[in-house]
This record gives sequence, structure tokens and C-alpha cells, in this order.
Amino acid sequence: MAWFKKARRPIAAPEQASRVPEGLWVKCPSCNKAIYNKDLLASLSVCPRCAHHFRLSAADRLRMLLDGGWTEHDAGLRSTDPLTFTDTKAYRDRLSKAIAATGLNDAIIVGSGTIEGLPAVVAAMEYSFIGGSMGVVVGEKITRAAERACAERAALIVVSCSGGARMMEGTLSLMQMAKISAALGRLDRAGLPYLSILTDPTTGGVAASFAMLGDLNIAEPKALIGFAGPRVIEQTIRQKLPEGFQRSEFLLEKGFIDLIVDRRELKATVARSLRLLGVGPRSTTPPATAVPTGDESDA
Amino acid sequence: MAELLDFEEPIAVLQKEIEALRLMPSTPERLAAIQQLEDRATSLRVEIYATLKPWQRVQVARHPNRPCMLDYVERLFQEFTEVHGDRRFADDTAIVAGFGLYHGQPAAVVGHQKGRDTKQKIYRNFGYARPEGYRKAMRVMKLAEKFREPVIVFIDTPAAYPGIESEERGVAEAIAVNLREMALLDTPIVVVVCGEGGSGGALGLAVGDRVLMQEFGIYSVIPPEGCAAILWRDAQRKVEAAEALKITAPDLLALGLIDEVVKEPPGGAHLDYDRAAALVDEAVGRHLAELQAMTSEARLDARYDKFRDMGHAGQSFVDEGAPAGSRAPGQAG
Ligand SMILES: [Zn+2]
Repeated sequence: MAWFKKARRPIAAPEQASRVPEGLWVKCPSCNKAIYNKDLLASLSVCPRCAHHFRLSAADRLRMLLDGGWTEHDAGLRSTDPLTFTDTKAYRDRLSKAIAATGLNDAIIVGSGTIEGLPAVVAAMEYSFIGGSMGVVVGEKITRAAERACAERAALIVVSCSGGARMMEGTLSLMQMAKISAALGRLDRAGLPYLSILTDPTTGGVAASFAMLGDLNIAEPKALIGFAGPRVIEQTIRQKLPEGFQRSEFLLEKGFIDLIVDRRELKATVARSLRLLGVGPRSTTPPATAVPTGDESDA
Repeated sequence: MAELLDFEEPIAVLQKEIEALRLMPSTPERLAAIQQLEDRATSLRVEIYATLKPWQRVQVARHPNRPCMLDYVERLFQEFTEVHGDRRFADDTAIVAGFGLYHGQPAAVVGHQKGRDTKQKIYRNFGYARPEGYRKAMRVMKLAEKFREPVIVFIDTPAAYPGIESEERGVAEAIAVNLREMALLDTPIVVVVCGEGGSGGALGLAVGDRVLMQEFGIYSVIPPEGCAAILWRDAQRKVEAAEALKITAPDLLALGLIDEVVKEPPGGAHLDYDRAAALVDEAVGRHLAELQAMTSEARLDARYDKFRDMGHAGQSFVDEGAPAGSRAPGQAG
């Protein structure tokens, strides 16, 4: 529900402010130091001086989490603009523009592969696609990712980066919260691990559904995480919000986040967490002695 | 006399005439004239309400005299006993939860209560629920599951409360957990959207086997004013936003997001609480009987499939296949 916050920037224009810009040198918005672009990319877009986390694209996110190659799923899913929604602009045009700008059909990429050898399905949200907003395609792809994880006995990891539900798909987008959560319920009861990675920002209907339902909720430092947007709250209570309100550290203190992890440690932390939750590597070759071990080689 | 909305102006004119006649000495001619005017007001009301625009429906859904959850509870349940608190932090008064007899059968009831007079509204926080409310509702629903009682839900909220304490106590988590657990709750759940279905604050109680909606209720991802402020950059464009968002009961039925539209008395539920309650009762009773005839497994599968199908291939998205050359780098196979 970060609706009013969203009002401050154009909806369709990809927000690049926090992304690593093109060019040789990059100025860190946090410490104001110039960073050599190559150094920044080598440190997963984390400022080597002050550890400011620049926003990461969905593709980069999958690249940093998964080992080597992975298989992408449901890349062809595209919204039909079910409400034929038009405001000052037709939603259809906003969609086409976002598709052309990102090379994606919607605000998420789902891939399956391994993380330090452990089988996983990973869904990563793309903020530059209409603010990472969740419409029917995002809803369907995460639901399918959860169902795939169930079927393949793999872990599910969802990296959130979203302002919430996509209002141009109306109540249909709201219902994706229920649809995804129901699928996560089945994954939960199947005894499979689900890790929710919360990055800046994770708000609205995304926070109030899958992002808060991880067996472990893992946040990047200083990410904005909350249900209502800060401006909506300020309008309601008619006072300024305290510094650090709705940031990762605040949520950890209040008990809603398990871990805050620097991106450079994220993959190792995810892999360790999965191992500690009982996930083992999937053997690709049959065991030398055919003894039923109850492992996942039959999955 | 219920407050009149702007589009009811033609009725107001007739009512003024009626009042003027009533102030004069009563004669058979005057009584006949009053009757005639009253009949005309009634047919005018039916006519107006038959063609309400989305924004007008928003006004009806938020009507100050619209029956609240407890008006329905009073009429549909016997021995209603409200219970309080989430056993964690506090009691949230914007959400009412309890047990009562529904046609003689024990049932759990939860829902938002907006309150009507100023004092009540403040006490109920205008139906803006805090995390404790969602957790209290879940506690009561779990009891319903334990004692094999159905759950009947009334939805009427502008939104979950957007305040500091809501965020501190994890309103996002509270709603999220309800979405997951209601999908799995092993007992029949019938939801009635009776006023405003305000975004996640509504959905956090609204996962059920059947979702019914009163004729003039609304159910939206964002209030029309908020949507207009963002997309039109002008909250006054709420009328257009209300149209674009497709938030009316007939629209949502067509989209497959609700199961049935429950009729309201002519001129809206606020003109006749008893009649409105009777219409809700008929629909709830019928759906409940169907659900109670199903096995747990069949009912839970149907509930899953129902939400699973919200936004399906062909309707709201298509699969164009992987676009050539756009596959993720690092992809092996
Ligand atoms: Zn820096």
C-alpha cells in the first residue's frame, strides 16, 4: 500500500536512482565517494566504502544466488490488461514500454537450479518494471514457482523488491496475495523450506503476503519494509516518522525479520540456512549401492 | 430518515413536498396526494438504484446509515457471544469476533465493525483494524476448526490501520498469516462483503470457500481517491478511478473474483436492515448447506482451486512462450 509514496515518481519510468548507472565512475548516494564501476559490480553493487546497497536487477539477483546455469520458467507470461485500464495513459502502453525497457514480460524472473549444490527454485522481482508491482503475472509465476518447488521437492526462495499490488489490474492483483499465500501454505505443509529475501523496497500487498511468510525472513540492510507507505502513515498521524522507521533494522528489532545480511554474504547465508533446515544436495547419479536412504534422489 | 446522497436529489425534492403536505391539516385529498408522492419516490428510488455508477456505489457502500456487521449479527445469530483479544498484545475493537447460533447451529463469526455514531466510530477506529484484530480473528477461526463449526465473515473496512503501531506490531505479517492459514482452515468459511472491501485489510479476513457480495458493496485494491491521486495526480478524479478499477459487485462477479451478488432492498441496505439481513441470511444459509455436504478434502481443494484460478491463462494473461534471445544469461538448459 505504498500508494502515496509512489505518487512522487512516474509510474512507468524505471527508477534508476539507486541502480548502478552506466559510465566509468559511480557516485555513491550514501557516502558521496566516487567508485570505479568495475569495483562496484565486483562487489555485487554494494559500495565498497560504506556498504550502501544499490538496487539489483532480477537477472543479476538470480545470477548472484544460483550456481552457474539455471532454467528459466514461464518467461512468456504476459498480462492481457484484463480491465482495459486507462488513466492518463493506457495501461497497455505502460506495459509495452516496460517490456521494451526491461526485456522482460513482467516484474519477475523465475529460475530453478542449485545454490551451493542445493536444489532451489528462485523468483526475483524486477523493480524497474512498473515499480516491481504485483499483478496477475507476478502472482501466477510465484504460485507456479511454489507448486514447482513442491513437485520437485526443492526449496523456494523469493526475492522481493516491490511497491505492492499493481492497481491497473484492480482487485485481480489484490487476489494474487491470497493465491500465492495459499500455494505457500501447501509448500509449508509439504515440509519444504521457503526463504523470503526482503530488499529495498518491500511494501504493500507484497509485504502483507509472501514476503512475510518465509520460514526465514532475510533482509538486506536498510531496506524499506512495511505495509503502509511512510507518506500514508504521516498523513494519518500528522507527524513525521522517526528516523529508521520501517527499515530492516527496525523490523528485526520488532521481531519480524530473522536476519539482516550484507549482499556479499547473502548466497553463503542462504545456502547455510537451507542446509540447517535439512536440505541436502540432490544426487545426480544413482548411489553406488542401491540402499533406500530417504534422500531426494527420487524427486 | 436516512441521509440522502447527492444523486438522490430528485427523491429529496419529493420528500420536501411530502413534509410540506404533512404540516398542513389532514384531509382525504391531502392524504391521497401524500400517498401518490410516496409511491413516486419509491419508484424513483428503484429507478436510480438500478443504474448506479461505480462512484455512486462507493457512496452507498460508505453510507453513514449502512448496516454494520453487528446489525447483521443481531438479526442472523442467537446467543451471540463476543470474545476479545489476540492473547498476544491487546484487543482490537475494529474487528469483532465471537460465536453464536446460526439457525440453531454453533458458528464462529468475525468481521469489521465501523460503528455508526461518532462515539462508536472512534471506539471502532472507523473500521481500520490493527494487527491484533487479524490475530484475534485467526484465534477464533482456529477454535471454529477445532470444534468443527463453520466460520461466517463480514467484510467492511476502508483499509488496515496505517499507523506507527500497526507497522511496529507487524500488520503485514498478521494479514499474510491469515491469508495462508485461512486457505488451509479445515472448516467451511462463508465471506460476505457487506460494505467496503478495502484492500489487504479486507482480504486478511476474506479467504473463504464462498465469497458473497452485497449488491452495493465494493472491493478494491486501493480506494478510488488514492488511485486517482497516484495515477491522475488528482484525488478529485476519483469518479474515473472508481470506474477504471472495476470494484463493483457485478464487475467482480464477471471477473470471477466473487461467487454471488446478494440483492439489497430497493434504495440500498440502509433503508431496510431487516430485509437486507434476510437476503444475506438466505444466501449464507444456502452456501453453508452446500459446503457442509462436502468432504473436508473436496472443500479444501475447491477453496484452493478457486483462488488459484483468480487471474488465469486466457483471461488475464497469455503465455507467449519464451521470447527469443531474452533468456537469462547463465542459463544452461
Ligand atoms: Zn558509499
